[in-house]
Amino acid sequence: MKTEENILLNIKDLHVWYRVYGGYLKVLNGVHLMVREGERVGLVGEAGCGKTTTMKSILQILPPGDFHIPQGQIFYKGQDVLKMSFKELQRLRSREIAMIFQDPTAALNPVFTIGTQIGDVIKYSSAFEENEHKETIKEQSIKALKEVYLPDPERMLINYPLQLSGGMRQRVCIAIAISSSSNLVIADEPGTSLDVTIQDQIHRLLNELVEKRNTAIILITHSLAVAREMTDRIYVMYAGMIVETATPELLFKNPVHPYTKGLLASVPKISGGGIAKGIPGKLPSYLNPPSGCRFRLRCEQERPICSEKPPQLFEIEKDHLVACYLT
Amino acid sequence: MKQAINNEILKIKKMKKYFHIGKDKKGPIYVRAVDGVDINIKYGETLGLVGESGSGKSTIAYTVVGMYPPTSGQIMFKGKNIGIKASRRSLSLKKEIQIVFQDPGSSLNPRQTIEQILALPFRIHTTIPRRQFREKMVELLEKVELSPDYLYKSPPSIGGGEKQMVAIARAMAPNPSLIILDEPTSALDVSVQAKVINKLIDLQKEINLTYLFITHDLSLMRNVADRIAIMYLGKICEAAESVTFFEKPLHPYTQMLISSVPVITKEEENLKPKKVISTGEIPSPVNIPPGCSFHLRCPYKIPICSKIDPKMIEFSPGHFVRCHLFIKPENKK
Repeated sequence: MKTEENILLNIKDLHVWYRVYGGYLKVLNGVHLMVREGERVGLVGEAGCGKTTTMKSILQILPPGDFHIPQGQIFYKGQDVLKMSFKELQRLRSREIAMIFQDPTAALNPVFTIGTQIGDVIKYSSAFEENEHKETIKEQSIKALKEVYLPDPERMLINYPLQLSGGMRQRVCIAIAISSSSNLVIADEPGTSLDVTIQDQIHRLLNELVEKRNTAIILITHSLAVAREMTDRIYVMYAGMIVETATPELLFKNPVHPYTKGLLASVPKISGGGIAKGIPGKLPSYLNPPSGCRFRLRCEQERPICSEKPPQLFEIEKDHLVACYLT
Repeated sequence: MKQAINNEILKIKKMKKYFHIGKDKKGPIYVRAVDGVDINIKYGETLGLVGESGSGKSTIAYTVVGMYPPTSGQIMFKGKNIGIKASRRSLSLKKEIQIVFQDPGSSLNPRQTIEQILALPFRIHTTIPRRQFREKMVELLEKVELSPDYLYKSPPSIGGGEKQMVAIARAMAPNPSLIILDEPTSALDVSVQAKVINKLIDLQKEINLTYLFITHDLSLMRNVADRIAIMYLGKICEAAESVTFFEKPLHPYTQMLISSVPVITKEEENLKPKKVISTGEIPSPVNIPPGCSFHLRCPYKIPICSKIDPKMIEFSPGHFVRCHLFIKPENKK
């Protein structure tokens, strides 16, 4: 990977294991990911491929005691997150990186008002000086809610999450995420639990806010189409490994990895033309993952070398890296 | 929609379904989940029913299956009115209409084996002797490309796509003629979805099944359904053949929906109507706005929209739309 000045987040060869009864689930197996300042990065993969684990390890909010990181580094602004003290981590979580979760209903606490929840975030984030008054918190909360185009923000502050619709709740979550004026927003499938028209609105809103503040964003999604419309660079993930990364134009014009090809072919198109066969087989077990390339059991072009050691990311053209021996 | 009656398997006429949720000074309060819907499905056809959550698509499905009777209107299945409670339906009728639910994780009993799950429809709907069950079940599993050893597995131990395949096998077991698919793939990944959908299409060709396919995924609908109906707040606002539907969407809501779909190719982008940007949210079905229910979000709103509810008209053969914008030229002629 290129070394550049403005790299915000750089994950190098990250391995994460979960401890279970039968041993270790080797979920992440060498993830490389890089985010520059103000860049929109998409992380695409199917359910259970380790997208969320990657994001949780950035913030170190993995289930305590159950995980093990045998190797790898996560650099945030040049500092290794894995070696941070608790206080530094708290600072990272409150002021540097914000997260938007998939399900806004579960992300908001049902027994506190919107005002309390958004106020707490502002209170502990960089946007708020210690000697300021409660009134300032209120003002800033209203400002944040206005920015996400919520109608009647003053009244919204005394509402409970269950009084709002799904789209409005997600807007509140976005307001909470942006109010801490962080440098990186991690959005974990922000539109998946919403309807298409609402999803479109949420995505446009996110894009607008990210552009206005020059915030970097990692968009986790299972939909290639969403990633194409939202991001500057896409990482395709399979079974704990980054298999391909490129700009959307390159990736959709010239997919190289067999998994990316299969995934692209499976997406139904509104211009018709039927649906491809899909990818045979299913995700390997993480308890006993296949040696070498983890995709080889589902790959139609498996070669002897594939089972020896996992392929490394290899640059086939500018901004286009693939982890496959076929190239 | 005025075709010969004999080639229609299901004909829903002005069906309404209201749910009573409480009282008010003015009288009882209802959720108007389905508010006057006409649907015709021909033999061997796939009708796609698309709508946002809360638009009443699932209510239609459940009413057809008989989970609850309609408040008013008729449901004609093979010429007979089936708008009655499930408890009063005959067994032979229940056998004819089967349903596949959205989430296979909760529609299959986790404490039963697949064998037990698949045996139930045979026990209830067929006269096959019990010793032949196994043979029939293996046949069924083969149809959905699962190996016979799945009989001894239980739902939590198999993947989501496989679970949905078992749910489909269960729906196929009594040899029905109409299967209602209530978002069968929305809980699955795209590569698995492709497999399930292809299997469903193959099975339909094989035994001439009719599908009522409910989904919110328009791009999937384009590839599966022969005809598409769009629902908004308990009413159908546009219905057409799936090709014309995407090439020439008429209703502003349809245009909004299609322009919101994220796509992966340039070709598809050209199909998307550019002008309509989605705004607002679907209102509550308790307080349906007067006039056209969509007028609050509509970019082409004209004064009449907030007063009078438009009627369904046939814009071109087979293309129905319910919008004031298209009624005017009709009247001038």
